[in-house]
Amino acid sequence: MSHYPLADNLYGDDVASEPTRAGFGRGLKAAGEANEAIVALCADLTESTKMSDFKEAFPDRFVEIGVAEQNLVTVASGMARAGKIPFTSSYAAFSPGRNWEQIRTTIALNDQPVKIIGSHAGVSVGPDGATHQMLEDIALMRVLPNMIVVAPGDSVEAEKATLAIAENGKPSYLRLAREKTPIFSTDHSPFEIGKAYVLRDGTDVSLLGTGTMTYQLLVAAKELEKHGINAEVVHVPTIKPLDDDTILASVKKTGRVVTAEEAQIKGGFGGAVAELLGEQLPTPLKRIGMQDRFGESGAPDELLDHFGLTGAKIAKTVKHFVDTSSQYHREF
Amino acid sequence: MTTGGQLTITELERKAYNLRVDLMKMLEHAGSGHSAGPLDLADIFSALYFNIMKYDPKNPDWDERDVFFLSNGHCVPIQYAAMAEAGFFDKEELLTLRKFGSRLQGHPERTKLPGLENTSGPLGSGLSQGAGYAYSLQYLDKQPHRWVYVVTGDGELDEGNIWEAAMFAGKYKLSQLIVFVDRNNIQIDGSTDEVMPLEDLHGKWESFGWHVQEIDGHNIESIIDAASMARAITNKPSVIIAHTIPGKGVDFMEYDYHWHGYGKSTDDYKKGLHKLRTLNGKIKGEHE
Repeated sequence: MSHYPLADNLYGDDVASEPTRAGFGRGLKAAGEANEAIVALCADLTESTKMSDFKEAFPDRFVEIGVAEQNLVTVASGMARAGKIPFTSSYAAFSPGRNWEQIRTTIALNDQPVKIIGSHAGVSVGPDGATHQMLEDIALMRVLPNMIVVAPGDSVEAEKATLAIAENGKPSYLRLAREKTPIFSTDHSPFEIGKAYVLRDGTDVSLLGTGTMTYQLLVAAKELEKHGINAEVVHVPTIKPLDDDTILASVKKTGRVVTAEEAQIKGGFGGAVAELLGEQLPTPLKRIGMQDRFGESGAPDELLDHFGLTGAKIAKTVKHFVDTSSQYHREF
Repeated sequence: MTTGGQLTITELERKAYNLRVDLMKMLEHAGSGHSAGPLDLADIFSALYFNIMKYDPKNPDWDERDVFFLSNGHCVPIQYAAMAEAGFFDKEELLTLRKFGSRLQGHPERTKLPGLENTSGPLGSGLSQGAGYAYSLQYLDKQPHRWVYVVTGDGELDEGNIWEAAMFAGKYKLSQLIVFVDRNNIQIDGSTDEVMPLEDLHGKWESFGWHVQEIDGHNIESIIDAASMARAITNKPSVIIAHTIPGKGVDFMEYDYHWHGYGKSTDDYKKGLHKLRTLNGKIKGEHE
């Protein structure tokens, strides 16, 4: 049984919503209050990545790097050697998009607790178009040894995730979104790095969501009820390390799996789940996300709809999947 | 604790010679690696580890130490030789360079060997790491009596990351950051002039807000004096363009860009060792 506390009025038009980056802003400030070693570095995007709260509170511990993402993360690596816990922020398209090798060598291999905050990830960035809609960051970051990868589902969780990575002592990537995301969690909802959470119990299919897609899965599950499909919704904010146990327990129960992410399914969250299931529990799987293509300009909602990433579209995809694939139950 | 200043210039020259000898043995045993850069950096490493820098080989994380960041990680064999000479580890371990299970990786890995401050190899990132440390000393921890030394290659200056760091250090006037550029004029594909001209190198650094010195990178007294001058500059980061002869000390390796990497066989390094011991044929070797 799911004991995860969900927000009230989840499905109403007036559901509270906020960008995940706002939660990061609050979390970073709180982390900075708790630990003097925390410093913040930004590549000319302080306000839009919401480092501004920290900058205002701790101007002496904020470092403006300018539009230089390679320098952003390598300066942070040097500061980590000096005992600091550096948070670096930019748009995900630029960091880790531009500076992956520097992250690999000077942070991951060097095993320094630098935090890479990639904001404005996913197609919901909208009108800026494909250049700025980072879709490959999950794949880029989850292949790195030592790296922790977290994509919080809403702003409340983003705040908790920020506090958690501040003190985990490891290289960490936090994936954030520009647009408002409905808040499904509460102050009392759990968040622990490496844990997935069953938000809703079901028996016919496991819907695994990460980042902003989890809310859409809740909407889809509600819609699927009308069609007699009882979907389990599992929120997977930590993509690496993946919570194998929670995912496998759900899949053993339902025998069908759908993943959803605002990212490339190849190498992304769907890729991670496919790897897990392929080795441990081969199960019919449908991966929802970007299907090996770039995004384009448009309004955020319009793009999510176009790429099949809204609750309504996901419900249709899941229904077809459930209708056409058998539930795979077996004991290995 | 080593605070330097104890050895005479002649003794430091002897240290540099020892480092070159160790380097030839290491490369012969390793069967791969880089030749010219490590050789030409021997004098700078002798000056850094046995005069300029303050550190404690028995307590590598000593919180009063100066820190050293190698940006051109492929030159790390000469750093390993200096570290062993300084007592960070036994000299026997030098011959494990590049071997399976060794702490002496082909390119430096901080997590493997105490005394290394960073992990490098892919070029252009060591200067930023040094700058990050220097920023911490100057603005966050306010420890004005510690310095950050960085060594970069010259071919490495092709990397954009270097100039991002140069701009950053200039903006924040990171006066505790002192960089040696190994200006040996070669890189893998040929001379730096052919591959990607760097001049006016002096003017480039100056325009980024740096204090610039140019020295003979094989004159240990000049190296020490330049570092001393750099420490006296309190409103700018410092770069010391050290003009060096690639392959310095082994005559057949000198000046030739083909020796950026490894020779044709391990015999080249036996021969190199012989050249060092006979001062390139001028004398009979003491162990011959």
